Amino acid sequence: MSSSTLLRPAGAPAPDATRRPGRAPGRLRRRIVENLTAYGFLCAALLCFALFSWYPIVRGVLLAFQQVNFITDPVWVGWDNFELLFADPLFWDAWRNTLLFTGLALVFGFFVPFLIAVLLNELRHAKGYFRLVVYLPVMLPPVVAALLWKWFYDPGPGLFNSLLRAVGIDGPHWLDDSSTSLLSLVLVATWSNLGSATLIYLAALQTIPGELYEAAELDGANVVQRMRHVTIPQTRFVLLVLLLLQVVATMQIFTEPYIMTGGGPDDSTVTVLLLLYRYAFVYNDFGTASALSTLLLLVLSVFSFAYLRVTRKAEA
Amino acid sequence: MSDRAVRTLFSGNREGIGYKIAFTVTFVVFTAAFVLPFLWLVMGAMKPAVELAQVPPTILPRTWHPGNYTEAWHLMDLGKYFLNTVVVVAGAWAVQLLVDVPAAYALSKLRPVLGNGVLALMLVTLMLPPSTLLVPMYLTITDLPVLGVNLVNNPAAIWLPAAANAFNIYLLKRFFDQIPTELLDAARMDGAGAVTVLWRVVLPMARPILAVVSILSVVAAWKDFIWPLLVFSDPALQTLSVALQRFAPDTPINLLLAGLVLAALPMIAVFLAFQRHILAGLTAGSVKG
Repeated sequence: MSSSTLLRPAGAPAPDATRRPGRAPGRLRRRIVENLTAYGFLCAALLCFALFSWYPIVRGVLLAFQQVNFITDPVWVGWDNFELLFADPLFWDAWRNTLLFTGLALVFGFFVPFLIAVLLNELRHAKGYFRLVVYLPVMLPPVVAALLWKWFYDPGPGLFNSLLRAVGIDGPHWLDDSSTSLLSLVLVATWSNLGSATLIYLAALQTIPGELYEAAELDGANVVQRMRHVTIPQTRFVLLVLLLLQVVATMQIFTEPYIMTGGGPDDSTVTVLLLLYRYAFVYNDFGTASALSTLLLLVLSVFSFAYLRVTRKAEA
Repeated sequence: MSDRAVRTLFSGNREGIGYKIAFTVTFVVFTAAFVLPFLWLVMGAMKPAVELAQVPPTILPRTWHPGNYTEAWHLMDLGKYFLNTVVVVAGAWAVQLLVDVPAAYALSKLRPVLGNGVLALMLVTLMLPPSTLLVPMYLTITDLPVLGVNLVNNPAAIWLPAAANAFNIYLLKRFFDQIPTELLDAARMDGAGAVTVLWRVVLPMARPILAVVSILSVVAAWKDFIWPLLVFSDPALQTLSVALQRFAPDTPINLLLAGLVLAALPMIAVFLAFQRHILAGLTAGSVKG
């Protein structure tokens, strides 16, 4: 066998078009062996994906139309699970809370990191320190962050109200008051996660060529105009991508309400995922839980597809 | 990059009083927002429970009780939960590398029939929010198809799904794609099989990406809460995060805080040690180029 055939990538047409037909079976066998080797390397991953990703995706949708009890075979129940959900007033509360949470989380978690990144990009000292500390909360296990902030929120000796008291303000009751509970959760989630968005924005800001600012300045653009016509257009892709990712992430909020409020007070922090958890693992109604997760999947896929389109376009 | 002055949004010099004020304010606000909470926690954990209930709170502990840390360790039996967590995290890390590295290598360099289709099917799972799979995943591990095994209370219920990580495969494949095929072909001509090529040629070159994937997988496994909460119904097998939230309601607050410090320390240490890799993985993941 010549070295040229060995160097040729598998699947590429043979350069030697006049090869003798007698060699074809050997070539075929080699292709088969190559493919078997490749699938040998792939088989563990295929098995894991099949069992823990592909199969559950399909099963989740099927379950939404079934009743499961672990004793007899699942029963098809049509749209019953969805009807049960729609009749549950908590279902509507959960969506309202989740959307409100997502909206508030975007106000804080989307704009604040961008402004912080713009600010950090201007500073010329202690850059390493800023980058280090802003990311520290991201490293905290969410359970630790939630329990820590629960202590901070304590209306009596808690850190926040103690600080407010020191300046003469009677602080709110944070988690114990249904008008501030959801906002309190947003603040924890923002504090824990804004480090990653900030550093991603910062990396994007650093790729903006200095000449653009210089040119804008020569044209007499002030700071606001430079922000509008240089900074934002130059980082638009990253801004859009993170916006979509944040919507998808915040709509799946679970750990903070589960640990800090349990959904209360007055169901003001029952989120879609918390309700899903209750249906599945408290009431053992996996069918209705699946109906709910299918609905969540449908809503979130809108954002997922938007994300896909944005990133595809950027690649092309 | 620090000395070369790149023009940014503000053109003013960095010597003036305005800059100094802006810098000082930022420094103070950042320290208050991101460092003080940690200090408050570490010190709170060294106060006696009575002192923590006081209004207004003391700033420094009136009497220092570093012994709270050892007391918390014994009271909550944290050693056991640390060990459980290490088993879960180390297993998840090892399984992810063992499964995803060969898969990415095959998709990148061996390029089998339907390889691109397989890759597409894997990448599609990145688009699906993981929490919407909780219920079917849970039902799957209670009765594994074909094998009929129940993986509840078995760390494998965390390890194996962790390997179905399309993002790892994407990162690894993208790195392997940059390794020149001629290099691998040369090794093959010397008689090396596909396994040898992977082990002797590809992996030594892939150390940087292996570090990124390793750190991402360890940090994610350590931080995970909802899936371990579902998998380990037996309290004795729970991970640190799951155990801490179970203990939280009826543990003296100072000991709980000490427990939080101990649970956070390994991740803070990992961050300080591998800061560069972690931040590289962060930007590699979200934004390309």
